[in-house]
Amino acid sequence: MKFSKLLSIGVLGASMVAGVANAEVRDIRIGVDVPYKPMEYRTPDGELTGFDIDLGNAMCAEIGIQCEWVVQGWDGIIPGLQARKYDAIMSSMTINEQRREQVLFSEPYITPPSAWFAPTDTEIETPNEETLEGKTVGVQRGTLQDNYVTDMYGDVADVNRYATADDMVLDMDSGRLDIVFLDFPIGKSTLLDSEAGNYQTVGEKITEPKEYFGEGFGIAFRQRDEALAEAFNEALATLKENGTYEEIHTRYFSE
Amino acid sequence: MESLTNWLDNLLADNSIFTLQTLSYYGDGLVTTVQLVFLSLIIGLVLAIPLALARGSKRAWIRLPIFFYCYVFRGTPLLVQLYLIYYGVVFVEGIQDTWLWVILEKPFVPALIAFTLNTCAYTTEIFRGAIKSTPRGEIEAARAYGMSWALMLRRIVLPSAFRRALPAYGNEVIFMLHASAIASVVTIMDLTGAARFVYARFYAPFDAFLFVAAIYLCLTFGIIYLFRYLEKRLLAHLKPASG
Amino acid sequence: MIDLHGYGPRLLEGALVTIELAVLSLILAVLLGLATASAKMSRNWVLHRLGTVYTTVIRGVPDLVLMMLLFFGGQIGINMFTDWLYYQFDIDIFINVNEFVAGVCTIGLIFGAYMGETFRGAFLAVESGQIEAGRAYGMSHALVFRRIRFPQMMRHALPGLSNNWMVLLKTTALVSVIGLSDMVRVAAEASKATREPFTFMIIVAAIYLLIASVSEWGFARLQKRYDVGFEEVN
Repeated sequence: MKFSKLLSIGVLGASMVAGVANAEVRDIRIGVDVPYKPMEYRTPDGELTGFDIDLGNAMCAEIGIQCEWVVQGWDGIIPGLQARKYDAIMSSMTINEQRREQVLFSEPYITPPSAWFAPTDTEIETPNEETLEGKTVGVQRGTLQDNYVTDMYGDVADVNRYATADDMVLDMDSGRLDIVFLDFPIGKSTLLDSEAGNYQTVGEKITEPKEYFGEGFGIAFRQRDEALAEAFNEALATLKENGTYEEIHTRYFSE
Repeated sequence: MESLTNWLDNLLADNSIFTLQTLSYYGDGLVTTVQLVFLSLIIGLVLAIPLALARGSKRAWIRLPIFFYCYVFRGTPLLVQLYLIYYGVVFVEGIQDTWLWVILEKPFVPALIAFTLNTCAYTTEIFRGAIKSTPRGEIEAARAYGMSWALMLRRIVLPSAFRRALPAYGNEVIFMLHASAIASVVTIMDLTGAARFVYARFYAPFDAFLFVAAIYLCLTFGIIYLFRYLEKRLLAHLKPASG
Repeated sequence: MIDLHGYGPRLLEGALVTIELAVLSLILAVLLGLATASAKMSRNWVLHRLGTVYTTVIRGVPDLVLMMLLFFGGQIGINMFTDWLYYQFDIDIFINVNEFVAGVCTIGLIFGAYMGETFRGAFLAVESGQIEAGRAYGMSHALVFRRIRFPQMMRHALPGLSNNWMVLLKTTALVSVIGLSDMVRVAAEASKATREPFTFMIIVAAIYLLIASVSEWGFARLQKRYDVGFEEVN
């Protein structure tokens, strides 16, 4: 199925999609980076699932359009939007000023903090310049956590940058990493709730300074697609009122 | 040093991407790439010489394992070998508690092992070809002089094989330099790793990758000229007489 | 079907992507290689220079860097063009370079440079006397190419061609880094999720070896065909 699609695209060389300029909201494609459990990930048979996916699909249904998910690696996700590989990004993307220069954001749809995660036997109590000295810190490449750690601790600690959160967890399991800095829900799902259960958060959850940590996760659009962003904002408000949002939220964050 | 930094600062004042910080990433990346490539080539070369000799052995139990090793490492992508070694060593029972872990913990050594095994397989084949094509007359002459096997190897076979292997080995060196770009996949901040970092941070693919491409191009030219020089010096006797 | 924690079918799909990618890139590379060889042998100064710059630059930069440049940068380049169309003429088209297309283009472009060198050497190896003889028989240039130059060139080019194909096949693994779900990417994802890197990576390595062995056999047969009329030299 996927194979024949690839074939047709491959043979054509490039698929051309003609669109109508500034028309009313139409069917769209949404870019997402997986795996980032529980926000977005694949089941072993390849099906996409997660909080973002379910909420996104509910929003699309509310607006009355078809949405197709396009998987794209994180380090190419904003260029991919500008490149019109897809029309929106819904992939645990934090709204901040740096990104606002590139894209147009919806209202935040969830506001999780970032947090440090380390093995339970770690000697680091509060991460700071002294305790992180000489340690190996894991982050996902190009995330706000990457920017924060690079700027604050890049001189004292080794920063290992990963393409996906899964790569990072594997290196954490094997002992290659001393500590990682992640969005809290992702760290909770992949590390705290893991079978071995030998991880803990270290220090406070972090939401400041705003220049790094922004205002929560938003859906990103191209600057010129204001009508589209507005449609999603309205859909989000409706879903919050009618209880659908709450239902999806408890499905993935059972606290 | 101070004045140099100031000068660079001024030069880069209007530039939001190539700051002193990002340039230092590229600089460190260059050092890492050169270290990784140089070390793997040297170790691979040293291991390849006995392997190439043994590869021509008449005894199957010596010859076949080496043939198999070369076949597998030349027939599969280096990326797969790197994944196997980087993620594979972790699953060796209890390795985290041994002294080995100290060196395997950082990504550099696993990558070095993968690169070395890979280049060693290619180099073994290159040398085997060169040794096999040693002119019979040279060997017969050495025998006639009453040279022992070891002496013949040292004085006749290996030196002439080295020379014949030189052009192919030059290609292998360039191949290794280019192949080393995948080190960035296992978090090593080599040249390509630096470029990927700059790209992800500034969303500027052209600046990040064209700059690093230019550095690789310079390195490649350096290697080409080095080998041309070596060939000129060492292969002079093989040139057709001018006239 | 082997289940492999549910990853079996996807791994097979990935293997098909790898093969498809390799074959399409090979076709592009051969075409580019023939064009480059002609350009480099041409008396036209500009064409000659262009061919030289292409083969030198491409062979001087790592595949992975070229791939990232083309995949991340190529789309932006194309968009600058479509954006310009939009603002100038109000034409809103969208040309999507997906990972597969970017992969085929980059690998084709890279190996086009290597193929160019192979073909150039092979064309030069065809004796000029034969070409002259063909002309003397009154054959047209096209006929000389088809009947004399191409078949004889292939005899000389086949070893290089087969070598390039083997390297190309292994280079396809790099597309997994830019996000295409070839078999290496599926295997990497599966190893991380199941914590069994050996299982998946060794299967992938075995598939590569299988493809390589089959194509080695195929090239040996082809060589035999083009060697007709030449004695085997020991």
